[in-house]
Amino acid sequence: MPSVEVVDLSRLQFAVTALYHFLFVPLTLGLSWILVIMESVYVMTGREIYRDMTKFWGKLFGINFAMGVTTGITMEFQFGTNWAYFSHYVGDIFGAPLALEGLMAFFLESTFVGLFFFGWDRLGKVQHLMVTFLVALGSNFSALWILIANAWMQNPVGAEFNYETMRMELVSFADLIFNPVAGPKFVHTLAAGYVAASMFVLGISSYYLLRLRDPSFAVRSFAVAAGFGLASVLSVLVLGDESGYTTGEVQKVKLAAIEAEWETAKPPASFTAFGFPDMKAEKTHYAIKIPWLTGLIATRSVDTPVTGIKELKQEHEVRIRNGMKAYAALQRLKSGDRSAEAKAEFDRLKDDLGYGLLLKKYTTNVVDATPEQIAAAVDDTIPNVAPIFWSFRLMVGIGLWLLFVFGAAFIILARRQLATNRWIMKVAMWSIPLPWIAMELGWIVAEYGRQPWTISEVLPTHLSVSSVSLGQVMFSLGGFVVFYTALLVVEIYLLQKYIRMGPSSLGTGRYQDEGAKS
Amino acid sequence: MIYVFDYATLKVIWWAVVGLLIVGFAVLDGWDLGTGILLPYVGRTDEERRVALNAVGPTWEGNQVWFITAGGATFAAWPLVYATAFSGLYIALILVLFALFLRPVGFDYRSKVHDARWRNAWDWGIFIAGLVPTLVFGVAFGNLLLGVPFHFDGDQRSYYTGSFFALLNPFALLAGLVSVAMLTMHGAFYLQLRTDGAVHERSVRAARVAGLVFLALFAAAGVWIATGIDGYRITGMPSADSAFAPGLKTVERVQTGWLANYSKYRWTIAAPVAVFGAGLLALAFVRRLPTTALILSCASVAGVVLTAGFALFPFIMPSSSQPASSLTAWDAVSSYRTLQVMFWAVVIFLPIIILYTSWVYRVMRGKITTEHVRQNSHSLY
Repeated sequence: MPSVEVVDLSRLQFAVTALYHFLFVPLTLGLSWILVIMESVYVMTGREIYRDMTKFWGKLFGINFAMGVTTGITMEFQFGTNWAYFSHYVGDIFGAPLALEGLMAFFLESTFVGLFFFGWDRLGKVQHLMVTFLVALGSNFSALWILIANAWMQNPVGAEFNYETMRMELVSFADLIFNPVAGPKFVHTLAAGYVAASMFVLGISSYYLLRLRDPSFAVRSFAVAAGFGLASVLSVLVLGDESGYTTGEVQKVKLAAIEAEWETAKPPASFTAFGFPDMKAEKTHYAIKIPWLTGLIATRSVDTPVTGIKELKQEHEVRIRNGMKAYAALQRLKSGDRSAEAKAEFDRLKDDLGYGLLLKKYTTNVVDATPEQIAAAVDDTIPNVAPIFWSFRLMVGIGLWLLFVFGAAFIILARRQLATNRWIMKVAMWSIPLPWIAMELGWIVAEYGRQPWTISEVLPTHLSVSSVSLGQVMFSLGGFVVFYTALLVVEIYLLQKYIRMGPSSLGTGRYQDEGAKS
Repeated sequence: MIYVFDYATLKVIWWAVVGLLIVGFAVLDGWDLGTGILLPYVGRTDEERRVALNAVGPTWEGNQVWFITAGGATFAAWPLVYATAFSGLYIALILVLFALFLRPVGFDYRSKVHDARWRNAWDWGIFIAGLVPTLVFGVAFGNLLLGVPFHFDGDQRSYYTGSFFALLNPFALLAGLVSVAMLTMHGAFYLQLRTDGAVHERSVRAARVAGLVFLALFAAAGVWIATGIDGYRITGMPSADSAFAPGLKTVERVQTGWLANYSKYRWTIAAPVAVFGAGLLALAFVRRLPTTALILSCASVAGVVLTAGFALFPFIMPSSSQPASSLTAWDAVSSYRTLQVMFWAVVIFLPIIILYTSWVYRVMRGKITTEHVRQNSHSLY
């Protein structure tokens, strides 16, 4: 059995590398479409400035893309290196979307990205636009398959345990791809990426406008970003709401943690806007509540209750005790008793097997768990509420702020009042980091809120890790910290260098500060 | 879902699919890795190095996806192999990963700053990103032929009982050198076709030297396998048409066992024959028929992967400490349904991938020259 330290460090490593990877993914997802928009205008109007815009923002896209690829390989490797038991236990299902991601998306994106950069003189206008489009399509498909895989970790549908092979196996591929969690999650994440990319372009264009550098180039970029960003931020909010609704249906624990809902309140449940959740006392201090709101968002009704944490724990205790019986039934099958009765017994209980496995943390035999161990396992079923509660509120707050920024930018631009409203450009510039913060917080809510499971109610996190030594994980984690820090410094250095150079970095001779060394 | 093949047949098909993806990776990304290894030799000046880098620049990224997809396909079709190999060979794979980090950023960043030290540093990075993975993959294949120490417990959790340094044994190191020499040769054959002038000349020379070294080392490894290494053989197992855990079969070690398939299925000898035949012809034709030489080099590289694959079949990862736990194409596989679904995905998407990859190569064909690099210094790698 893996030690607690190996489990904790493996989790830390996955969290750090995943959050780091997601610094680069959103810009790839969104900027690729912004490039498509700019290049489409170029193809339709034939005006060179739009080609230059595509090339310049494409340069920044390229600097970011390289980091996305670099850090993406890490994610694939880690399932095997650090989460070997996970890979064995659910690879039959989880591996499929990852392989499809390669076949259908990553190939497309990576094969055409080279042509995007180097094919300008070798392709016709429309051909090149097609190439840019395929890069955008590939990167977005890539997100689709990864999020289908992730949705399955949240809501493992279409699969069943096979005691012959000791793993989960695919029962319905259609259930896997039409997982109700996957759709809203995909669009929500994608739109969030579009918002980030729009903020990036809007903020940097504002920086040029404030300094009156290449205004015709900057204002056109600003316009594309404001329009695309406004549409995207609206989708994020609407689909975030949809995500909240599906979470309410299939991940009651996560919802209760987000809302710090300790007791099952009389419906419709109120929304705790502010407060300090206390795990020990199982209450929220200084709570400020808005009546009805949670009930409306999570259940879209006024009479469906939102189950509270205390009640969920009682349900979990029942399932853990059932899980012990399921584990005993499984042992019976494994010992060679393949009678119809033994199979029927296991089939009856197997949905709770995962809850039984939670006890493995305390006793390897599971079936001999003491009441104290069961109580400890029940406590484990609730993730730490405060980080989830706060991450969620910050994320939503940022989302609403960004709606204001894009809305204001769009209106001011449409009224042609940009020159007299310099504040919006300053606001846009300083808001650049916000979408990234919101998205990282969103992932914390989604993944930390899934604990103690890697696969909800099927496979506990502490069982998922590889049988590797603490030294090995420390070696890799140390390496990641060193490499990732160095690469981030380099990436930010290059980005700011090219942002400062602006379109003059293209060497066309048409922009300000040409002749400054590149 | 259309069930065309039975489970046993699908298991063999998936062995072939993963093999095909590895061949695709070795052949296509092989010349990118080889270019990285050759960079310090073929490119003496910044411009020469940019010629070499831009010869692979527009296409290396897509080629790398053969590796990523081979990984993904292994995950989907052989989850136990993915789990056991990656966690068992932990340090080796982390080193490969760290080395691979340097490639995307190396290519994209090195020419974005006008500074000799900056560019030299990234060039060494690209060199390491070519050399380390090539060496480790060779060493890993060598260890697969030897068998590695691992076993499973009752929950099918794998335990690797060897150490990182045990992987660096003489035979595995020889396999690693075969791999390095092979891709150095392969990269050189690619560069001689795609460049002219000094870079071209050096590439021809490198192809000849590396090619001869590669064939000699490959022959030596073959003799070693035939005379000094035990193979493994399945002596009994449940029906290949059923799903079963690896521990349920019986396996014995046999002397010179890795040659058994070659006498049983005579046609498999084509693989080692192709290694030497195509390799020698490529060396002979490099001046007169540069394109043919590259194609022959592809055949030779593919031959090496297939030679090892044919020798091992049905074994994927033999266990030296508990042979019954060995992972094979019969018992390390996913369920019938998953293999079926993913089979159709491959049938649909792989031809499309090959089609558009060929188109991209066609668009970007022709030689990269120093003049071309000079004229496009703002946009090229």
